[in-house]
Amino acid sequence: MENIKFVLEKSARIQKLIDDMFTGMPEIESARAKLITESYKTTEDLPIIRRRSAAFAHILRNIPIVIHDHELIVGSATVKARGCQVFPEFSYEWLLEELDTVSTRAADPFAISEKTKEELRSILPYWKGKTTSDLARSLMTPEAYDGFVKHNVYTPGNYFYNGIGHVSVQYCKVLNKGYRGIIAEADAALEKLDVTDADYVERSNFLLAVIESCEAVIEYAHRYATLASEMAAKEKDPTRKEELKRIAKNCAHVPEFPATNFYEACQSFWFIQLLLQVESNGHSISPGRFDQYMYPFYKKDLAAGVTTPEAAQELLDCIWIKLNDINKVRDHASADGFAGYGAFQNLIVGGQNVHGMDATNDLSYMCLEASIQTALPQPSISIRVWNGSPESLLIKAASLTRIGTGVPAYYNDEIIIPALMSRGVSMEDARDYAIIGCVEPQKGGKTDGWHDAAFFNMCRPMELVFSNGVNEGEKIGPDTGDVTEMKTFEEFFEAYKTQQSYMIKLMVNSINAIDLAHARRCPLPFESCMVEDCIGRGRSMQEGGAVYNFSGPQGFGIANNTDGLLAVKQLVFDEKKVTMSELKEAMAANFGYGIKGKKAEEITTKLATEIARQGIEITDKIVLSIYNQITTGGGIDDEKKKRYREIKRLIDETCPKYGNDIYEVDMFAREVGNTYTKEVEKYKNPRGGVFQAGLYPVSANVPLGAQTGATPDGRLAYSPIADGIGPASGRDVKGPTATANSVAKLEQGVASNGTLLNQKFHPSALAGMSGLTKFVALIRSYFDQKGMHMQFNVVTRETLIDAQKNPEKYKTLVVRVAGYSALFTTLSRSLQDDIINRTEQGF
Amino acid sequence: MTYSTKGRIFNIQRFSIHDGPGIRTIVFFKGCYMRCAWCCNPESQEYEIQTMAEKDKIKTVGRDVTVEELLPELLADVNYYRRSGGGITLSGGEILAQHTFAAALLKACKENGLHTAVESTGFASFDKIQAILPHLDLYLMDIKHMDSAKHKEYTSAPNELILENAKKIAASGVELIIRTPVVPGFNDTAEEIRAISRFAASLPRVKEHHLLPYHRLGQDKYAGLGRNYGLKEILPPSKEKMEYLLSVAEESGLKCQIGG
Repeated sequence: MENIKFVLEKSARIQKLIDDMFTGMPEIESARAKLITESYKTTEDLPIIRRRSAAFAHILRNIPIVIHDHELIVGSATVKARGCQVFPEFSYEWLLEELDTVSTRAADPFAISEKTKEELRSILPYWKGKTTSDLARSLMTPEAYDGFVKHNVYTPGNYFYNGIGHVSVQYCKVLNKGYRGIIAEADAALEKLDVTDADYVERSNFLLAVIESCEAVIEYAHRYATLASEMAAKEKDPTRKEELKRIAKNCAHVPEFPATNFYEACQSFWFIQLLLQVESNGHSISPGRFDQYMYPFYKKDLAAGVTTPEAAQELLDCIWIKLNDINKVRDHASADGFAGYGAFQNLIVGGQNVHGMDATNDLSYMCLEASIQTALPQPSISIRVWNGSPESLLIKAASLTRIGTGVPAYYNDEIIIPALMSRGVSMEDARDYAIIGCVEPQKGGKTDGWHDAAFFNMCRPMELVFSNGVNEGEKIGPDTGDVTEMKTFEEFFEAYKTQQSYMIKLMVNSINAIDLAHARRCPLPFESCMVEDCIGRGRSMQEGGAVYNFSGPQGFGIANNTDGLLAVKQLVFDEKKVTMSELKEAMAANFGYGIKGKKAEEITTKLATEIARQGIEITDKIVLSIYNQITTGGGIDDEKKKRYREIKRLIDETCPKYGNDIYEVDMFAREVGNTYTKEVEKYKNPRGGVFQAGLYPVSANVPLGAQTGATPDGRLAYSPIADGIGPASGRDVKGPTATANSVAKLEQGVASNGTLLNQKFHPSALAGMSGLTKFVALIRSYFDQKGMHMQFNVVTRETLIDAQKNPEKYKTLVVRVAGYSALFTTLSRSLQDDIINRTEQGF
Repeated sequence: MTYSTKGRIFNIQRFSIHDGPGIRTIVFFKGCYMRCAWCCNPESQEYEIQTMAEKDKIKTVGRDVTVEELLPELLADVNYYRRSGGGITLSGGEILAQHTFAAALLKACKENGLHTAVESTGFASFDKIQAILPHLDLYLMDIKHMDSAKHKEYTSAPNELILENAKKIAASGVELIIRTPVVPGFNDTAEEIRAISRFAASLPRVKEHHLLPYHRLGQDKYAGLGRNYGLKEILPPSKEKMEYLLSVAEESGLKCQIGG
């Protein structure tokens, strides 16, 4: 018998809402792009912060609004479900180029009508030279720009092309004061200013922009109130009529005024969440500690007898579905890196309160129940775990893990709180942390974390050691000497650190350039009015208005570099079974194995074009022969091929591998991780904050792996790099406890921008109460050892293979990709394969 | 008995969740007295170190280790044992075939504060069992059939000694759980399961009877050892069948479950 708390009846409305939402392919709409362009053309003489609020107001007054059938919580950014708007102020050129291919691309395709294409083609050219992207490019050093655009050692592409997002605002403040209250706050701040103050111009314009934005939001909600009243008047079904009247009443009252009950609080929450994503297209706008700020409203209603757990659950489910209505079109390369249409809205339950006591309440369970009932990718639901977490909450969470949607992610208070404090966050604020986006901790409502600032592919500096800093014929890294002349392992390891440190410097330059570009061109007055201490400082968050400021670029590839460095040490320097020149040659020849898949096609095309250019006629036969050579490793002398393969065998079979609970190996992995984290934390950002490293790749280990040659750990060229801080795929053979013990040896607290450990389980491991309690014990044991984060894919290999073959049968199959959940069938083939091949943890 | 006692094992499996309470590490001993037709670990049967083909590789099965050499790996998951109420399970093969080693290993585990369990048929002279009991928290004992002739036909050994030892182990005060592999065509009728469950219920202090459904996961290993698998025709019992047999077993008043 399973005794799980808050297993509640699912309202019939919920499945209808879900079915309606997932009927068609998401579509791009042009209304926002049109409106912002109109507004910008009329405000060229205003300070940027006022141009932003004027544009936001113009959008909210004119963007089409819609109330869908069965909805209880209303507000949509697009007319069609799961659609997306366009944000030309950040970047637009990629979209112009991809207008005709965006509906057919592999990762995250979007439908687009010919009319929308027409409109965008006429609007977008206005933005030439005016985007954050344009400014960022001109602010970067040429080396930093090339390091990312041309050589892909690191990729700050997300913020280079898009808004920042990655914030959790003071939802609590809006729920309890309303935007009317915030306007009053801004008015009071304006009152205090004197026109002779040195910063009067900056402050007053910011505050006026806040007021204009809040007024616009109120007006927007009132448009919904009017629409709902009109629909109610026409509605024949008496039940729906009443619902629409209630919706009208809600929207007339919130978010303008404080919410007076749970339903209003839910509607108010949704307007905040929605409009943050209309102001800017940043993703990972995270509700944070929803169970904490919503609970007082629920508790009051329950005590007054005006709601029931079932009625409240239905509203929660409705919000959960609405969170899936948010969508974002990214350029195709970013779409590969963030595959799965994710909006990364992280919502976290449980954990400690500011006093260090357990904060779990009924809503903590009901939020988990909402994720069970809706089983959709959003929100990215998370749970905070500490020594005082009630077992029943963790059992509830495990019962959600068991349904196989990849959520919740589990976070460890016992390491995250001290990690944040080590970065200057106060103890009370650290105890009140939430998770942003994938895995990044911050104190919500006070922090501009700039999490996800860039991906840093740690395998690339390793490649540069072998080429002495040369990539594709161009010297991009420092001179570390001819690798074949190196006399000791220490010399080799030093060379790696030198290449990496240099690339980190370039990355920091690129990130800071982008940071400044956002402050200059896209400050966000609406978002800023809900982040302390922007109103106090009279400055937007983008200009340093937040109390805490960080920049967090994430590294990945620890497992490959650990295994690779140890292989070099053992085979080249200790046993001398392989010379460095042999290893270098073997890697260049992909260990005598051909290159497979898309990359083989790319190389074939490149070579064939080359030959054609020399005036030789290209026949199908020639193309086929090139292709065959590439895929089989043909053209390499048989003796050499044999030797290269033998070298790979020696690496695979005789060298130790990270992830098997071998103390020396794991402690070396810790050192490798620190080569990144301790280098990154040396730097500062333009908002007065510091850099802090993360260690997680989201899903970029697949596309960025596809741009990385063979590595000395025996990883074949262009194959995925290890996921998260976990072992390289298939190399952990001692089961989940050994893997977790290894990973716990890394110094995770230094990676205060977040770490990520994926584990995959067969559902039978979570069968029955006994399975659930053992699963919870596994998490607690990893956390006892100061692991920071853990997440699980619970789905059978057979299911995934079948889903690949019959995607139509699995439209809503959700898997955990890497810090977020995505619809499996929407992922690219190679990412699907990676998920299938990830070691199925034995038991 | 010291940490230098040597024994022969063929596998260590961490994160085992079906072989005693909590999360456990299992040490598989090599060598068995019996030859059960359905055995899913055929490489456990011979005491001699063997080679076995696995996919396209040849693997050596069996290695000799001292208690001292084994301990670090058994202690590696101590956090998981503590959080889950788990520990160490010795399995086989038949651990009583190496009772001195088993006793030394269990003693070492107890000295390190670990919960200890064995999976054993109890088919050995009782003095061997007595050697391990002082260091044991839980005896998971297989009783496969109450009819000695049929028992012998399918396992190569009669059951009298097993049943007698079961009574003695129960009397010793060590926690005892009776487990029965449910094998179609051998013991999957209501009468056969009922008889075992009744016997189990007659033992003092025994509270649980577990029914373990037959599975074929070891089938490929027979080919790897160059042997024939005798039960090729047999399919695992259906879920409905297992649930029916569970209800039959429950008539004995014991706490019964499907699976370990």
